[in-house]
Amino acid sequence: MAISTPSSASSGSSMAALMENGDQLPHVLAVDDSVIDRKLIEKLLKNSSCKVTTAENGPRALEFLGLGDHDRHNSLEKGNVSKVNLIITDYCMPGMTGYDLLKKIKESSVMREVPVVIMSSENVPTRISKCLEEGAQMFMLKPLKQSDIKRLKCHLMNSGN
Amino acid sequence: MDAASQLLKQWSDHLQRLCQEGFLDDQFLQLKQLQDEDNPKFVVEVVSLFFDDSEKLLSNMAKALEEKVVDFKQVDAYVHQFKGSSASIGALRLKNGCINFRNYCETQNKEGCLRCLQQLKQECYVLKDNLKALFMLEQQYVAAGGSISKLS
Repeated sequence: MAISTPSSASSGSSMAALMENGDQLPHVLAVDDSVIDRKLIEKLLKNSSCKVTTAENGPRALEFLGLGDHDRHNSLEKGNVSKVNLIITDYCMPGMTGYDLLKKIKESSVMREVPVVIMSSENVPTRISKCLEEGAQMFMLKPLKQSDIKRLKCHLMNSGN
Repeated sequence: MDAASQLLKQWSDHLQRLCQEGFLDDQFLQLKQLQDEDNPKFVVEVVSLFFDDSEKLLSNMAKALEEKVVDFKQVDAYVHQFKGSSASIGALRLKNGCINFRNYCETQNKEGCLRCLQQLKQECYVLKDNLKALFMLEQQYVAAGGSISKLS
């Protein structure tokens, strides 16, 4: 499967890992401050054969990814860097928004190749373009349905990124 | 018609009515479709989470509106959250009830906000009762020997 942009050979492997699983299920990190939405997205993803980790806010998500504040000192310790194949995050979260989280992920040399999808209950064109410009793979409108997850998988499979 | 079939019909009629009267929309049906053998109580769990969460949010809204100087931005934030959760479980009337509420927050209309809050509380009670009845019928149907697969 030839999926790669000139600068990111490893994005190919993230995509490939997502789609051509072999023995391993794709691992998705889902970030949302709503407990209901976390439960919903977890079920949707599990129904699509994904391994799911949820986080209730940006800082916890970064910690899980090994990008937390205390991890900065351990940048050589790759052991904790989780093999996450996709990050899906809510936009509207108190404190660190999904956009802020997206930026931090794209700033990280280790995590920047992992596709990030933003979800929101509000269809705001400027918000959407802002996220896509910052490198989000996709923007999805909540509430999510099973068909949205199918569409997501298709998009990730077909995108030239 | 045996007991199980009767209960199935009652359950189906009740669900249909809830949808027709705008209590529930397609998203609730989506939730039902997510339920499977691995997670046979998925819908009940999500709905429980929703009502627990709603109680907190409604209480927070009430407290915020009781302040001498009301922080309408904060109230709006609570309503926004409530709207999101309502949409996620397919609680259509609740979701729509939030639209006016947010408008009143924007215009900083305390009376309007309090009216909307009252309305939301009412709607929550009604929905809770209706869903309890629905779940009870499901339980009774299964207890009478009904097959879960017919509940999709």
